[in-house]
This record gives sequence, C-alpha cells and structure tokens, in this order.
Amino acid sequence: MSSVEVLQSAIVIDGIAKTFRRGNTETRALERIDLTVHDGEFVAIVGPSGCGKSTLMRLIAGLTSATAGSIKLHGTRVVHPQTALGIVFQSPVLLEWRNVLANVLLQLELRGRDPAPHRERALALLATVGLADFADRYPRELSGGMRQRAAIVRALIHDPPLLLMDEPFGALDALTREQMRVDLEALWLETKKTVVFITHSIDEAVLLADRVVVMSARPGRIERILEIGLARPRGLDARKSSRFVEATDLITSIFLARGILHGTRH
Amino acid sequence: MSDVAPVGTVADARESALGAWFRKRGGAIVAFIALFVAWELAVRVTGIKEYLLPPPSRVYTEFMKRFDPVMASAWVTTREIVAGYLLAIVVSVPLALWIAYSRFMENAVYPVIVFLQIIPKIAVAPLFIIWFGFGFAPKLLVVFLLSFFPIIVSSIAGFKSVDPDIMDFARTTGASQWKMFAMIRLPQALPQIFTGLKVGAALAATAAVVAEFVASDKGLGYLLLQYNGNLDTPMVFATIILLSLIGLAVYYTVELIERFTIPWHVSQRLTAEETLA
Repeated sequence: MSSVEVLQSAIVIDGIAKTFRRGNTETRALERIDLTVHDGEFVAIVGPSGCGKSTLMRLIAGLTSATAGSIKLHGTRVVHPQTALGIVFQSPVLLEWRNVLANVLLQLELRGRDPAPHRERALALLATVGLADFADRYPRELSGGMRQRAAIVRALIHDPPLLLMDEPFGALDALTREQMRVDLEALWLETKKTVVFITHSIDEAVLLADRVVVMSARPGRIERILEIGLARPRGLDARKSSRFVEATDLITSIFLARGILHGTRH
Repeated sequence: MSDVAPVGTVADARESALGAWFRKRGGAIVAFIALFVAWELAVRVTGIKEYLLPPPSRVYTEFMKRFDPVMASAWVTTREIVAGYLLAIVVSVPLALWIAYSRFMENAVYPVIVFLQIIPKIAVAPLFIIWFGFGFAPKLLVVFLLSFFPIIVSSIAGFKSVDPDIMDFARTTGASQWKMFAMIRLPQALPQIFTGLKVGAALAATAAVVAEFVASDKGLGYLLLQYNGNLDTPMVFATIILLSLIGLAVYYTVELIERFTIPWHVSQRLTAEETLA
C-alpha cells in the first residue's frame, strides 16, 4: 500500500439540525450533526428509534430540508432531491405490476434513459444477488429477502457513486438478514461505492461498516464515531474476533449510559 | 428479443385468470338453471295463481309476444344507464385526482362531497323532474348522482394510497411529476378506482329504474309500473329479469376491462380467494 491515497469527501455534513413543527409543539429530531463520509467508505449509523437517523438520510438525499446547517455531496450543496445516488428503504417498494427486471429498469425509465442497453447489466447484477432465475417473476412471487435484493439492484443499476440504505434488512428474519449482510459486503467490495447504512442493530453496524456513527435520541445527536478496522471480507467469522466484541461492547455501554438500553433489573 | 419486459408471464397470468373465471361462473350457471327448473315445478305442482307467481315458461312466452316494444324500452333504459354512468366516470375520476393532489380542494370540496353523499339521492329525483322535465336529462342525472359517489370516494383513496417511500425513490431519479403519475401513482390507484367503478355500475341500473318510476313515458321502469297496474305479473317478471341482465352486463363489462387493465391485481385477488376457499 505505497500509493498515495487521497481521501475525498463524498458527504460533508456541517452543523445540520432539523426541527419538526406540529401546531405549537416542536420536536427536535436532529441537533447539530457534523459528519464527513469519505469516497468509497462504508459508514453505518446506529441508534434507537426516534434518534433521527432516517431523517438524516432523507436530508442527505435532499428529500427534506434542514432547519439549520448544510450538507454537501461531492462538493455541491444539497438543496433539491439528489439524483447521483441509489436509495433502499426498509420496505422494498417494488411496483407489483412490473416483474423484477422491469422493476430494476424503472430506475432508468424514470431518469428518461432508454432501458434496453442496460438489460444485460441488470441481468448480471440480478445474478450477483442470486436472482438470475427470477428476472421475469413478479414481486408477489418472491420472498421478502429476494424482494429486498431486487430493490438493492434497482438502487445500483444506474451505477451511482453513493448508496443510501435505511434499515434495509429491518423487516427480514434473522437468518435471511445474516445472509443479506454477507452478500452486501461482497457486493460493496466489488463496487466500492460510498455507503451510508442506517440500522438499529449494533452487530450489523459493526460487521458491515468501516466507521460506525452511534446516535442517541431526543434530540438526535452523535454520541461517538468508531473506526472498526476489521479485515475484509468479514463474512460470518468476524463475530468471533476480539475487535468485534470490543466494538459492540463499547456501543452497548454508550446505549446503557444514555438509558437507551437497560441492564438487569434490580 | 429486444423487448424490455418479457410478456410471457403476464399472458400466462391472464389466461389462467380467465380459466378460473369460467370455472367459477360455470357453477353459477348450473345453479341458475336449477333455480328456474325448481320454480317451474313448484308453480305447477302447487297450482298457485298466475298473477301471484307465474311459471318461468309463461314469463318467457309472454315476453316473446311483446318482444319488440319491450326491447325498445330496454334500449331507452340502457342508454340512460350507460350515459349517466359514463358521465359519472368522466367527472369523478379527474375530480378525485384534483382533490387528492390539492390541499385546498381536499379542505374545501371534499367535506362537501362527503356531506352530499349522506343525502338519500333517490329522494332528489322528483326535484329533477321539476328542474329538467320528463325527458332524458333527469334520468341521466339520477344515474350520474348515484354512481358518482362510490367512484369518487374510492378514486380519492386510490390516488392517496401511494407508499411515501416509493415516491421518495422516484424523486431521487429526478423524474417529472407527470412521469411519476403515469408510471407509479396512476397504476397504483387503479385497483381502488375499479372497486368504485363496480359499485357505481351496480347502482346505475337501480338509479335509472327509480328515475323512470318518478316520471316517464318510456323505459323499463315505466313499463314495470304499467304491467304492475294491470296485474300482468308474467311481464313484471320479464321486465325485472331484463333489468337485472342489463345491470349484469354493465357490471361485467367493467370487470372485463379491469381484467385486461390490471391483470397483476386481478390474478392476485383470485389467488387470495382460492387460498381462502
């Protein structure tokens, strides 16, 4: 590793705050968030429900506006919905009248691009996530995990530099979830995109990310940013490493200290 | 080979949906035949008077004797039903769209529509006679009024039922509002719109007959009152059966259009029904 690595900033979040108003009551969803995500970095944001992590992702995508502060994507300030990214939600939100391939190509059709030349690439990407034989199936014919895989391919088909994932495995069963995590790491190692991965699972955050951003709630703020530094690919074995145990223990202790988790009852 | 979406499975789904449809309706047809046979036998065995309950065979022969004038009336009523129903669709679907996407329309117009829905529409029919006379217009308006509400209410629900996440995804593609509407919002709304269209279709025939009861000199509703007054019970039955057939034809036309417009939804519903059965 003698080459000079210039770490460019994919995302620069500078003093972002978001307050929701409903009638006379104000809810401070996010309070002064500062965070820089480097090009090609995998960052996980972990926190309890209501810590504003989904709001933070929507702010990065330009889907909602901040009350204060600014966000820059590759040097350009975010004001409108951003298009140089792929987005995945907890629910796959596929269109049930389109088959898997057509759902993937929807990304290009909505962008006003001819989907035909991207067909091969779409099929290849579907094959890498194990959906080679399901391209002509409809969402209702797939399992939850398969639907979410199709949604991930839809978020990657236009080859965006940034992938935003909001609890993408949150609705899946534990085994499927574990497999999805391993496969996502493999896919990321192949494509080296910048990923912002939002989760409420400490394990998932530590196993996937280069850096884990730990958030607490009401108002949502960053408690700690952890470098994970586990070797890749981490696969299933990383759970046994001392670094994994150390990092998850640390995050757990932060949540305990903030009253987000409670130990044994007295 | 350069087709983007392989159409094979859609065609398969449609075919099996139609097959299921015929299989399902076959049983109903047999049941109807059995009903008529039982009715015929019951009348003959008990010797009940014809003006109380005529046998189906008598209903048929009486009907064939007066086939031409009755069918002319049927045509009048059919025109009222179809015209009023189409008018209801043309007005309520775009209005639903407007209400679904405009905060002002939702706050101002929707409560009025909900309130008007509570008015027993049939009670308004005599008023239409005062306003529009005895011709085609008041009938058209009664049919319009009765089918309007179910269509607009379910269309609004349909247009509003889009998952916010899919719209967030669409916004990250930079797609125009029109494109998002045509590719996502409209197809997503269609199942609920069709639900409203079918309820509206069922009400349309009732509306036309009621409007003709109130005041008219032609149409099946008018004939029905005439036959009833003369105790011509076989023809009362013939008229009722004819009216039912017209209503059924309108309803199944809509259902057929639904099958070809949203096969993905219909086949899903059929599967769900089969699972339940």
